[in-house]
Amino acid sequence: MSEAWIVVLAVGAATVASKAAGPVLVGRRQLPPKLKSCIDLLAPVMLIALVVTQTFGGDQEIELDARVVGVGAALIAIALRAPVIVAMAVAALVTALLRLAV
Amino acid sequence: MASSATAPRIRDGVRAALPLAPSPILFGLSFGVLSDATGFGGAAAVVMSATTFSGAAQFASVSVLDAGGTVVAAILAAVFLNARYVAISMTVSSIFPGGRLRRLVESQAIVDESWAISGRSGRFEWPILVGAGLFFYVLWVASTALGTVLGGVLENPNELGLDAAFAALFLALAVPYLHERKARQAAALAAGIVLVLIPFAPAGVPIIAAAAACLLGLRR
Repeated sequence: MSEAWIVVLAVGAATVASKAAGPVLVGRRQLPPKLKSCIDLLAPVMLIALVVTQTFGGDQEIELDARVVGVGAALIAIALRAPVIVAMAVAALVTALLRLAV
Repeated sequence: MASSATAPRIRDGVRAALPLAPSPILFGLSFGVLSDATGFGGAAAVVMSATTFSGAAQFASVSVLDAGGTVVAAILAAVFLNARYVAISMTVSSIFPGGRLRRLVESQAIVDESWAISGRSGRFEWPILVGAGLFFYVLWVASTALGTVLGGVLENPNELGLDAAFAALFLALAVPYLHERKARQAAALAAGIVLVLIPFAPAGVPIIAAAAACLLGLRR
């Protein structure tokens, strides 16, 4: 089985379980407050970790290249309240143009 | 929206979700295109949309693999991201009727958007959540499939800046969380962990290590 299919199966199963956790397993019980505040922080933590990896990550080194400028441009688009898809397009376009130019 | 006099129905949920339709369509298309272009594979992308039905996590797995990360890293990144559904599903656990199997199936309609829409009247409403979730689900899977077809035309995706597009997507998804101070601190710590580990650890490991930043939640 290829890497992609293992990921599809494992992530699918874990996600189904996460969404069912409340309605199926827990009923009306509540999560302990400390556990809940850790879980609440996981989404922003993982998203920013992905941003940094995709922007600066190289082959076991920090790489400063066209991506940094592209993501910077996307950040400006986001600050100007552009839709997500527009921010993605800005990042791709700026990065691609820089790669063509260099 | 349904009035308070009559109980809302599934189709009221679909109606409430209509204005948000462009979002799953465009994301589904881009997930299909990116999955196909990065070598994740069109069939795997469509099955993942049908079974995981959670955009951020799906993009996370594909991007970790594309960046050279291991299968374990790609799985953990998505699982950590989706851990929020444990907390989210618990806020609506009491609105699901029927037996365990039915609740298991219907709880899969929970995504960030359907959950948010279903609570707009001030209390969570099951028909709205299921109607909106079902609507988004159909759009999400169909547009992923369409995207994988369109993705075939791209030859060298990373020359097109798709790596930067991934980063922009995750950044845009992170921004709404960062209004809270604690989330900002945890995100900054996560960024620091990734930057410090990138030169030393294999691809994918820094992302997983960064999950430890959520332990800031233990502080008052």
